[in-house]
Amino acid sequence: MYSEKVMEHFANPQNVGEIENANAVGEVGNVRCGDIMKIYMDIDGDVIKDVKFKTFGCGAAIATSSMATEMVKGKTIEEALELTNKAVMDALGGLPPEKIHCSVLAEEAIRAAITDYKKRQVEEVEEFEYDCCQKEN
Amino acid sequence: MIYMDNNATTALHAKALEAMLPFLTEHYGNASSKFYKTGRDAEQALYAARQSVANQIGAKPNEVYFTGSGCEADNWAIKGIISAFDGRKKHIITSEIEHHAILNSCAYMEKHGCEVTYLPVDEYGRVNPVDVEKSLRDDTAIVSIMLANNEIGTIEPIADIAEIVHSHGALMHTDAVQAMGHMAVDVRELGVDLMSMSAHKFHGPKGVGALYIKNGVRIDNFIHGGGQERGKRAATENVAGIVGMAKALETANEKLAENCAHMRRLRDKLIDGVLERIPYTRLNGTRKERLCNNANFSFKYIEGESILMMLDMKGVAASSGSACASGSLDPSHVLLAIGLPHEIAHGSLRLSLSADTTDAEVDEVLEILPPIVERLREMSPLYEEVKRKENK
Repeated sequence: MYSEKVMEHFANPQNVGEIENANAVGEVGNVRCGDIMKIYMDIDGDVIKDVKFKTFGCGAAIATSSMATEMVKGKTIEEALELTNKAVMDALGGLPPEKIHCSVLAEEAIRAAITDYKKRQVEEVEEFEYDCCQKEN
Repeated sequence: MIYMDNNATTALHAKALEAMLPFLTEHYGNASSKFYKTGRDAEQALYAARQSVANQIGAKPNEVYFTGSGCEADNWAIKGIISAFDGRKKHIITSEIEHHAILNSCAYMEKHGCEVTYLPVDEYGRVNPVDVEKSLRDDTAIVSIMLANNEIGTIEPIADIAEIVHSHGALMHTDAVQAMGHMAVDVRELGVDLMSMSAHKFHGPKGVGALYIKNGVRIDNFIHGGGQERGKRAATENVAGIVGMAKALETANEKLAENCAHMRRLRDKLIDGVLERIPYTRLNGTRKERLCNNANFSFKYIEGESILMMLDMKGVAASSGSACASGSLDPSHVLLAIGLPHEIAHGSLRLSLSADTTDAEVDEVLEILPPIVERLREMSPLYEEVKRKENK
């Protein structure tokens, strides 16, 4: 049913865990469907220095989380945003048709984390500007 | 391998295999070809097998019709009865936790003008006979409630239900596929008009089952062809399979009390051990009216397919009612019917035993399972929140 690569990543998933003080967190999926993927990133400038995940889901969900985090680690956020679910699937040697949505979830989780990072940066700038104005007044 | 998926299928019993082999080799004759010996040998074996199965379930031999599966028996019971009423009665009553063989046969009949009442069950999966009584109508043709549930092992009060059904002039069918070989099953005690059976659930071969049809019940023929099974279910008889089914049932019933006591003890050891060792766990189904070989748990915050894969890596075969494990988008209809929220239904694990299961195997599963659950929970974002709250 699963490729050897999927089994390898399921048996020994890479990057499991949380990052304390992560500056990017993305969570996708819902409990009703039985799949939740949460990705933590430590981004410095535009480079993803570290990435970890926590996943509630089936074997394919865990394997795609592991593979997707491996594929974006050390990359720039622009490079990470180019990651497609197909690339994750190919790297895993394919997925059964009913499990393709797991790879979509992985792509979405990466994007959600980066979106969170960008949002936080805007907020930081806004906060800074706000502070300046306060002082000036 | 530790095989704990006996509600899915069982190993063929050595005695059943032994009984079957001659009919796969030298006695290959067609049971309908009576003018030469090998055909007559097959016919005689078929006769003896029918006699034996009838004896085991308290029926007459001419009330036992062999089929290709339990699924076929269920299909026949629903479709055959409705079509025999020829539009005079069009209402069916069943429960939300039936096997898909019944549920999908009912859904098919709905497309052909029938009305179906799907009775809810309580939190343990029990059908309330009072609900059956309330749902019965003048045009109710048949009520179909399973004797024991295949997922959570709940045993239904079929004798009580049958009495109510008959007092309203309807027919009573029970799917006894999971029950046979795991409890005493007697059609007279149950008071049913029709009963489905499947050989491979009690250490018989796959591809053979039977439908008990009480004498006097009008049912349409199901497979049209030759005169086999008194013309009701045509097709050259699967002699070896039928012989194997009869032998397996005899063997199971020979030591029924002893085997059930053994399975019940191991089942309880397993249930107690799991509940004791693993927090945030619930037992699905009831402790009392439960098949002697079935245990079904939900482990909160994790998903069933992952549990099965990790158990498989440790050599344990089991099953789950999660959506992924069932190959659909929703988790098991049975677990939803007993009121479990989706996320808890996704984390279910069924461990089902046989008379061959040993203490050592149960002990090993009790060693293997807790670290698997813990490991998956460590990976789960849902558990992260729970731990955070715990530490506060």
